[in-house]
Amino acid sequence: MRMPDPDQLAIERRPALLDGLRRIVPGEAVVVDRDALSAYDCDALSVYRQRPLAAVLPETTAQVAQILRLCRDLAVKVVPRGGGTGLSGGALPVADGLLLAMGRFNKILSIDLDNRTARVQPGVTNLAISKAVEANGFYYAPDPSSQIACTIGGNVSENSGGVHCLKYGMTTNNVLGLELVTIDGEILRFGGNFMEQAGFDMVGLLVGAEGLLGVVTEVTVRLLPKPETQRAALIGFPSNRAAADAVAAIIAAGIVPAAIEMMDRAAIQVTEDFVHAGYPLTVEALLIVELDGPSVEVDHLLERVERIARAAGSQTLALSDSEAERLTYWAGRKAAFPAVGRISRDYIVVDGSIPRGKMPDVLDDIAAMSVRHGLRVVNVFHAGDGNLHPLILFDASLPGQLPAAEAFAADILRRCVEVGGVLTGEHGVGIEKRDLMLAQFSEVDLLQQRRLKDAFDPLRLFNPGKVFPLLHRCIDGGQMMVSGGNLAFADLPRF
Amino acid sequence: MRVIDADSEAAVADAISGGIPLEIIGSGSKLCLGRPVSADLQLSLAGLTGITLFEPNELVMSVRAATRLADIEALLATEGQTLAFEPPDLSRLLGVAAGGQTLGGIVASNLSGPRRAVAGGVRDHVLGMRAVNGRGEIFRAGGRVVKNVTGFDLCKLLTGSYGTLAVFTEVTIKLLPAAETEVTLALADLGPQAAVTVMCRAMGSSAGISGAAWLPDQRGGSLTALRLEGFAPSVEARKQRLLGILGGTREAQLWSETASRVWWRDLRDVAPLAGDSERAIWKISLAATQAPALLESLKTLGDARALLDWGGALMWLSLPCQSDAQASSLRRLLPAGAHAMLVKAPAAVRAGVPVFHPLPPAQAMLEERVRHSFDPHLVLNPGRRAAAPPGEGEC
Repeated sequence: MRMPDPDQLAIERRPALLDGLRRIVPGEAVVVDRDALSAYDCDALSVYRQRPLAAVLPETTAQVAQILRLCRDLAVKVVPRGGGTGLSGGALPVADGLLLAMGRFNKILSIDLDNRTARVQPGVTNLAISKAVEANGFYYAPDPSSQIACTIGGNVSENSGGVHCLKYGMTTNNVLGLELVTIDGEILRFGGNFMEQAGFDMVGLLVGAEGLLGVVTEVTVRLLPKPETQRAALIGFPSNRAAADAVAAIIAAGIVPAAIEMMDRAAIQVTEDFVHAGYPLTVEALLIVELDGPSVEVDHLLERVERIARAAGSQTLALSDSEAERLTYWAGRKAAFPAVGRISRDYIVVDGSIPRGKMPDVLDDIAAMSVRHGLRVVNVFHAGDGNLHPLILFDASLPGQLPAAEAFAADILRRCVEVGGVLTGEHGVGIEKRDLMLAQFSEVDLLQQRRLKDAFDPLRLFNPGKVFPLLHRCIDGGQMMVSGGNLAFADLPRF
Repeated sequence: MRVIDADSEAAVADAISGGIPLEIIGSGSKLCLGRPVSADLQLSLAGLTGITLFEPNELVMSVRAATRLADIEALLATEGQTLAFEPPDLSRLLGVAAGGQTLGGIVASNLSGPRRAVAGGVRDHVLGMRAVNGRGEIFRAGGRVVKNVTGFDLCKLLTGSYGTLAVFTEVTIKLLPAAETEVTLALADLGPQAAVTVMCRAMGSSAGISGAAWLPDQRGGSLTALRLEGFAPSVEARKQRLLGILGGTREAQLWSETASRVWWRDLRDVAPLAGDSERAIWKISLAATQAPALLESLKTLGDARALLDWGGALMWLSLPCQSDAQASSLRRLLPAGAHAMLVKAPAAVRAGVPVFHPLPPAQAMLEERVRHSFDPHLVLNPGRRAAAPPGEGEC
């Protein structure tokens, strides 16, 4: 992965940078040691690594403001980092820049159950928010698979999704307010403990901005009452097409399930071998359809889902009758990535998003590409909102396989765009899909986005080399890559 | 005023490329929202109509900007679908002709109805756009799929920008199934504090409230209404649950589907505050629990009439229209974080006071830089959101 050429002058200013940082934060919060810095040299897209000039761990908004002013004055680039669990390389350091690690911003500042909001620091983990309010019957809805470790600040930067965003939306639909520190060290507050903000929708712009516009130092999230019941259906089909048709029919019937997940035959096989969830091995495709709400509604809708599935030609159908059973249905789905890791030394996770109705055709196309590129593929994804996650299996130790896998991934993403979809549904552009952006956007589209970036960051110091294609296009990509079996955060669920 | 009629995206781009300040107009139903624009030329999008994509199975629709909302809603009704953010029709409130408003106008002003409290607002439903910036460049933002994190989310930034960043030519919007049925439980004669307490409790429960509003009447009484929508058996079950939650309060009225629909449509359209041309109308966004104290302090302004929507997080306020619409007195009373927009007042009043809530200087400067990134020559609706700083162009 090509990154912008390092600025030698900035590297030469490292002593001044370290000196300035030590005046702002205690000495131990400035990380300069080579070994210690290696903890920050990648995020969960771990094939790409780069040691930063230094890392700094501020604890207060005022410190962040001073650090950013220092960086501006020294013209040193800044890469913000949350939990480091991102899948698109958004937190990859740059050789001539400072890594700003936000992990010490780990406090829940206030919880307002009457107004159903929580004000938290960005380093608080996604799951910690739900844990803090669960005894009161509330939760924070977006649930990325890494929620035990990913931080709300990272979720805001990437506009993270999760299996339940079909019904409850992405991060952007669940964040009400942000505090932002600009490159000039100005502390701005947008939105807050209410539904609409004054002025332009800066919260909407900043969520998903991938750290290109400023540093988020506080987040106000919306809390939801926990649903009374959750039940799931596990439904097998004789073909991907039949399963995809059932998904379309469920949506068309006016039902909005909490989640609809799909696995193809290869995915069913590898996960069943791994976790023995009791998935039927005779079917070509499997859906998990989860409904939540009052039990009478859930039961009523499950009946309708059952009828729709049978009309679409389902071969097997089971409905969860207990919480244990529901979790068993999910066990295989949630173990799919590590299960693939057991049968393939390396794999790439693609994140294209397409209109739901195109799923059967695109799955056929992916199967044909698999033959053409000579690489196996496993499909396990968020079918309800058309967010594909093909896993491309390869062995980087074999000559030619890595480039073939990268080319395969790029082919899939171009196909997604051709059928009306987009390059990334929930993982972000980061470095990995950066050079495919012109497959989706025109030069003018991107120029307008760059001008907006410059309105916040005229010196272009925030997170360089991310999102926008470099001037010299040299590589196609578009994937989360697992190399040599060394999945970063190997213990995190990924689905 | 001279008018350029643009019935194609190319014509919009052409007109803007002229570099002459333009007032952007669709049907004209919201021309009186915001400050009066400083422009001698109008760009009319009235010919830019038509549904370009409607895939009910995909819950998605694309329309040209000046397509009438009434036409869209009529088509959606045939498929049992709806715009979940419940766009209001403010024509009665604003005293303009009914039925004309366009989807582009709704998106430009980010106007959402009672269901916003649970279903999200306009900004949560715009999936993609085609637009022309102030340089006359045609650009796309977003897409037509629900899950999309590719690049900056320009759709959110442009929604509610009152035509000051770009002119939308086409909007792609997310649809949802319309509720099968609805009922409303209403409590009579609660004061503001009791009403907000009930609304907060109901909305924080698993009863699945889709509307919570408080409407006082002229006689000192009030109605606190809680709406339940969805599949019939679910609505029935949640009604029982809600009654349980309300237990201990006085007896609730039950409004059937028809009565419920009529009441919430009137509330959505702020009809209870409409009809008096001598009064100024304000829209105030705040935390629901701040509303009772604000209502109390508003008494100092004299003859204030208000209603609460979004469980208390939205206050519509009607005040006698003095020369400054009591802008500074009202804003002084607001609790921290709350903000107020002057929705209706004579043009001379709107020209003289900040119609949109004044922002802290650093944020206002950032907004100006953002605006320049789209419209460096200040061609699009100059003056609509704020009076131009000294030395800025024609304004």
